[in-house]
Amino acid sequence: MLKVDNLHVHLDTSDGIVKAVDGVTFSIEAGETIGIVGESGSGKSVLAHSLMRLNPEPPATYPKGKVYVNDRNVLQMNKKELRHLRGNQVAMVFQDPMSSLNPVFKVGKQLIEGIQAHRKRPKKEAKEKAIELLRDVGIPDPESRIDSYPHQFSGGMRQRVLIAMALASEPKLLVADEPTTALDVTIQAQVLDLLKQIQHKYGAAILIITHDLGVVAQLADRILVMYAGRIVEFGSTQDIFYRTAMPYTWSLLRSIPTAGAKRRLIPIDGQPPSLIHPPKGCNFEPRCPFATDACRHIDPDLEPRGDGHQAACILSASEFESIKEEVASS
Amino acid sequence: MLQYTIRRLLSVIPVMFVVSVIVFMIVHLTPGNPALIILGEDTSPKAIADLEEQLGLNDPLYIQFFNWLSQVITGDLGTSVYSERKVTELIFSNFRPTFSLMSLSMILLLVIAIPAAIAIVALRKTVLDPIFTSVSLLGVSIPDFWLAILLVLGFGVALPVFPVAGYVPLTEGMGAWLYHLLLPAFVLAIVEVGIIARMLRDSMLESVNQDYTKTALAKGIKEREVLVRHVFANALIPTTTVLGATVAGLLGGTVIIETLFTIPGIGQLLIDSIHRRDYPVVQGVVLFIAAIYVLVNLLVDLLYTFLDPRIRYD
Ligand SMILES: Nc1ncnc2c1ncn2[C@@H]1O[C@H](COP(=O)(O)OP(=O)(O)OP(=O)(O)O)[C@@H](O)[C@H]1O
Ligand SMILES: [Mg+2]
Repeated sequence: MLKVDNLHVHLDTSDGIVKAVDGVTFSIEAGETIGIVGESGSGKSVLAHSLMRLNPEPPATYPKGKVYVNDRNVLQMNKKELRHLRGNQVAMVFQDPMSSLNPVFKVGKQLIEGIQAHRKRPKKEAKEKAIELLRDVGIPDPESRIDSYPHQFSGGMRQRVLIAMALASEPKLLVADEPTTALDVTIQAQVLDLLKQIQHKYGAAILIITHDLGVVAQLADRILVMYAGRIVEFGSTQDIFYRTAMPYTWSLLRSIPTAGAKRRLIPIDGQPPSLIHPPKGCNFEPRCPFATDACRHIDPDLEPRGDGHQAACILSASEFESIKEEVASS
Repeated sequence: MLQYTIRRLLSVIPVMFVVSVIVFMIVHLTPGNPALIILGEDTSPKAIADLEEQLGLNDPLYIQFFNWLSQVITGDLGTSVYSERKVTELIFSNFRPTFSLMSLSMILLLVIAIPAAIAIVALRKTVLDPIFTSVSLLGVSIPDFWLAILLVLGFGVALPVFPVAGYVPLTEGMGAWLYHLLLPAFVLAIVEVGIIARMLRDSMLESVNQDYTKTALAKGIKEREVLVRHVFANALIPTTTVLGATVAGLLGGTVIIETLFTIPGIGQLLIDSIHRRDYPVVQGVVLFIAAIYVLVNLLVDLLYTFLDPRIRYD
């Protein structure tokens, strides 16, 4: 239902052109859950916003590539078509629940606005629908909470309200941009649970963005690993966790705190490369514990590594396995 | 909120006290004998002594102040030396034209500034943007009084669409009232339009980049509606903070505008009374204007807290 084809998104800044998304291709089937993982600044949010053409223009431009939603290219839609897409076919839950609700309007008003945006109905019916949505996302006492202002909710509750808002027109795809990053750990688990339930009830495909592989492990069918504006590995959750084929993914996995694990958390050394002047060879080479001389010259493409599994690395599976043991033991 | 309102109301008391001290001192800071100044050089010593007695000028200063203040508190601002009418009565009859002028001016101000700010923000990405920027730059660098004179010359003299003098009360018909008041109200407003429009524009541009704006757009709401509803509602809150200063500007401006257009308002009363050395009236008018200013600021503060539910419900 969603197909992203060789998408490039550039951001025109005073320092130069930031290649925030640099040739990304993937697709999502109806009802599927896809996770996008990557460090801060890897272009996850810019990519997610592109799916609804929500990046502010300027600075954003789309010099190359296509985004198809139900075989219609989002990047060529006019204003009216975009409006019909947004919230109706594709809906989004943003990173920061504290600032994503309008502070001067009641929650109910904001919900009803979303409900009415795509299908006008009588006031009373819209209000009932709003209450039902709030109940669906687990807000206690929705009949009275509908008249509360956003600041009268906790962070977790606000994120629930935002999820309810995203569901208003029963979209086919729900994009959740780090929906739990700003929340406490216990609340995080609740919100993730909620997303799972929602998917059951509404049957929407979910694209969940996070920098925490732990979050997607329990939710996603397939995982897409992003680094410096590109996809560096893409595969089923099994592939990513047990048949890791790209050193960056491997480093990310090592940095997950696992419950009861004895080993220390290993953060990834170094900084992500400049997105204005990317390095000549492989983008990850400067930080890669496996890097060889060749990596400085060859910019690897995504290559198939088995059924539906792709990775961008010049190391073959067997080479990778043998070096992995070496690095891990040192 | 209630607590804040009470605290804010109480804070008016010390402010008004300081104001009244200053107003009281107007008479006493002027060099020379006030009675002599009021009556002029060629007056008999007897008349001067009588006036001194009438104004209580022979008592010690603090007694004079106390007497004056206790009268003021009971609503007695004294009697005009010139017309021998009660000062409160004079203020009351002169306030209507001023109130008319200021209200109309305020309406014009908002009717011009709000759509202008919204238009500027809505068209910020189009070719019109640099035009707006240069016009507003021009607006800032043109002296207000010069613009005012230009408007009067333009619409009062060169193209005599509007009268350049006079005032007709609202009771004698809306049309005549508006006809006489429109030009002075416009001239008065134009000076403040830039301030409000600019503040509103800046706040809106800030609000445009907030997450909740993105949320609203992501719901599939028209960009124009998002701007007028979500962005504007938020931008209104910081903008109210300059409203107090705007009203102060309008109050100050009326004194000049009323003189320019011979509108029999508070401003003209003040100027005339200064010329006539009619101290009780000068004191009364200044105190009255100060009280209005304090009151308006109080209302603006309360409006501010009312517009922001985060404060209203605390
Ligand atoms: N409005 C903007 N102007 C200029 N540069 C921007 C803008 N928005 C994002 N960027 C840059 O684009 C790149 C990608 O940003 P993006 O927000 O997509 O990262 P992210 O992966 O979502 O990170 P995070 O995990 O912190 O949310 C970053 O280098 C960022 O600095
Ligand atoms: Mg992000």
